[in-house]
Amino acid sequence: MTDTSPGAPTAGWRRFAWLLAPLLVLAVAVAWIASVDPLRSFNNGAPPVEAIAFERVVLDSGGIKTFIRAGGSEPMTIAQVQIDNAYWTFTMDPPGPLARGSTAWLQVPYPWVLGEAHRINLVTNTGATFEHEIPVAVPTPVATQGQLTQQAIVGAIVGILPVAIGLMFYPALRGMGSLGMGFLLALTVGLLAFLLVDMTFEALELSLQSAALFQGQAMVILAALSTFLILMGIGRRSGQPEGLALAFYIAFGIGLHNFGEGLAIGAAFTAGSAGLGTFLVLGFAIHNVTEGIGIAAPMVDRRPPLWTFGALTLVAGLPAVFGMWLGSLAYGPQWSALALGIGAGAILQVIVEVTSYFLRRAEREGQSWLSAPVLSGFLIGLAFMYVTAAVIKI
Amino acid sequence: MTTQHETEKVSRRSLIAGIAAAGGTAAFAGVAAAQSMPGHDMAAMQDDAPSAVNPYSAPSIHEGGHGQMITVGRVDAAANGFDPTAMLTDWDFGTVSLMEDGRVLRTFEVEAIDKDIEIAPGVTFPAWTFNGRVPGPALRAKEGERLRIVFRNYGSHPHSMHFHGIHSWRMDGVPGAGLINPGEEFIYEFDARPFGCHLYHCHALPLKRHMHKGMYGAFVIDPDPELHPEFADAARSRLYGTPENARWQELVMVMNAFDTNFDNANEFYAVNTVAHAFAQQPIRIEKSRPVRIYLVNVTEFDPINSFHLHANFFDYFDTGTTLTPTLRTVDLIMQCQAQRGILEFSYAEHEAGPYMFHAHQAEFTELGWMGMFDVVEA
Repeated sequence: MTDTSPGAPTAGWRRFAWLLAPLLVLAVAVAWIASVDPLRSFNNGAPPVEAIAFERVVLDSGGIKTFIRAGGSEPMTIAQVQIDNAYWTFTMDPPGPLARGSTAWLQVPYPWVLGEAHRINLVTNTGATFEHEIPVAVPTPVATQGQLTQQAIVGAIVGILPVAIGLMFYPALRGMGSLGMGFLLALTVGLLAFLLVDMTFEALELSLQSAALFQGQAMVILAALSTFLILMGIGRRSGQPEGLALAFYIAFGIGLHNFGEGLAIGAAFTAGSAGLGTFLVLGFAIHNVTEGIGIAAPMVDRRPPLWTFGALTLVAGLPAVFGMWLGSLAYGPQWSALALGIGAGAILQVIVEVTSYFLRRAEREGQSWLSAPVLSGFLIGLAFMYVTAAVIKI
Repeated sequence: MTTQHETEKVSRRSLIAGIAAAGGTAAFAGVAAAQSMPGHDMAAMQDDAPSAVNPYSAPSIHEGGHGQMITVGRVDAAANGFDPTAMLTDWDFGTVSLMEDGRVLRTFEVEAIDKDIEIAPGVTFPAWTFNGRVPGPALRAKEGERLRIVFRNYGSHPHSMHFHGIHSWRMDGVPGAGLINPGEEFIYEFDARPFGCHLYHCHALPLKRHMHKGMYGAFVIDPDPELHPEFADAARSRLYGTPENARWQELVMVMNAFDTNFDNANEFYAVNTVAHAFAQQPIRIEKSRPVRIYLVNVTEFDPINSFHLHANFFDYFDTGTTLTPTLRTVDLIMQCQAQRGILEFSYAEHEAGPYMFHAHQAEFTELGWMGMFDVVEA
């Protein structure tokens, strides 16, 4: 198009014109449809479709606040607010009708009761109702420095600590025979497979709570697919990753997983539906120890510098802390779903790379790719994750 | 049209609710300490934004009987074409003429009209109405008169008027007996009996939908004192137009409710349609004059409704077909759907001020069926 050689302009212009023609037709078509409105005849007088998503609920001394997002085909109006089947005064910020995709805060001076369930029901001007349940009412934590520090500690316990402990198995893992290596890599794939399944379902579930316009489920799948392809592309720029590089990819994937985990924990705090027990935090920590072993596995026959262990720990564990902060400060189910979708894509990439590394190794050493140690490693990885997850599942 | 977003879902990574309930698990001390509990900390409340209402304090007298627990805004009565307060005393006596035999012929004209009405501030309900109002006109006649009700259907569906009273099957307003199509007319004709507090409603099918869409109204037949010599005084006090009747403050109250999202449960409860109408505009009652309420229950979807009077007791005449009370000195009655009756009471001995009345199903009260009598000297 910007070809300046003599004789070329004609060809360049022609190409430009061919590009312009369809765009022009599109513009004309849009203008025509907008002005003629051929869909008018389909208007049967039915009321517009309305939808509301509750993205945040805040409980404090002023009552109940909720952050809503409208998903109606037309702007919609909140006419009245019920809490626990009672009409209650409320203020809305900003006031007025809610356009598609727009958000507002509703403040209701309702004397909620600690530890009990409450039900918000919004009535629109058409009489449609949108309900949201607060399963257990507890005050929404205020984002103070003390609060953030406490969350960081919890994040460190469920994210950083177990990865560090897992990596400490490294010396013990060294000097394993090739059968032992096969077992270890299969174990890693097993635990990653569990995380992939768990994370995908979690993301899909969360996505159902977000406003329809986010197309939650498609968003999750597409985010996972894109992440997978991008990471595969990056990882394979200079051949297939092995050793330290592979370890970092595993750490990165697990880090994204822990970020999603942190988001959900933080959000659960904010949603007023979580309390943390020592028992649970311990459960999480034990559950996540395997992650460290998985990260260590591809490095067992190398001799990485000491700093890499610290770096790997942070890459895999620190995101849990950020997740907790972000989850407690700004939360929409769609963001958690997106984060988990990205995490699932990253985990898938790691599974593919670890598996391909393992297959190359097996071929080099002339072993069967599905020996007893390998199969048992995979199954033990799955089982360990499954059983420890059961402990912390509510 | 309820939303699918039910419970804030928190699962494995969300360390839930249950933990606290997990029994004996020590709370994660640091975290627990970091969670302030402003909602239940009296000291913290003082620091709150000054403009904010304190939900944990008792409402002041200026906030009315329900404090913050009330619908927001006002219904535009002019746009609706009816006002719940005006309806309390708005009787339709029809037009009167004499028949050849000297009996009184009373003729009412009623039209079925589809109409969007505002049942609570900002909430529109696509109603089916008698004469453009919900409830329909409160028809009032005298025992023994000949009644002629000219009914025209301008609505979009078949409708009828089924009267609770005594009449021929041909006048019953059921399919094949006065149930007419849009654009048609039917004349119901029967004698006014028995005396009492009755109702009428559309009996087209599906019945439930025609009822809760708003097709009902009160139908009162005053007793003829000459036919009840032993209770002539009581009969005269009921008979509209007599001096004995004039001293009474008579109110017609139709307990109704609206299912705005079509889930077979009501979102709004009221008397005379508008939720909280009499909470926002109390009913003026003069201390010196006794009060008589013609109370009709047409609440759909709930088996019963009720009326509870604060700081007072009343006599009750079930269905209004007796001149002596069927219940004496009660402060609460309940009515099944289509049950109705007459309440008689007085605030003569009370000090002036606002006195509450409401359904004593707390849920109905909180969803709009609550009001106040403003008892004044005079």
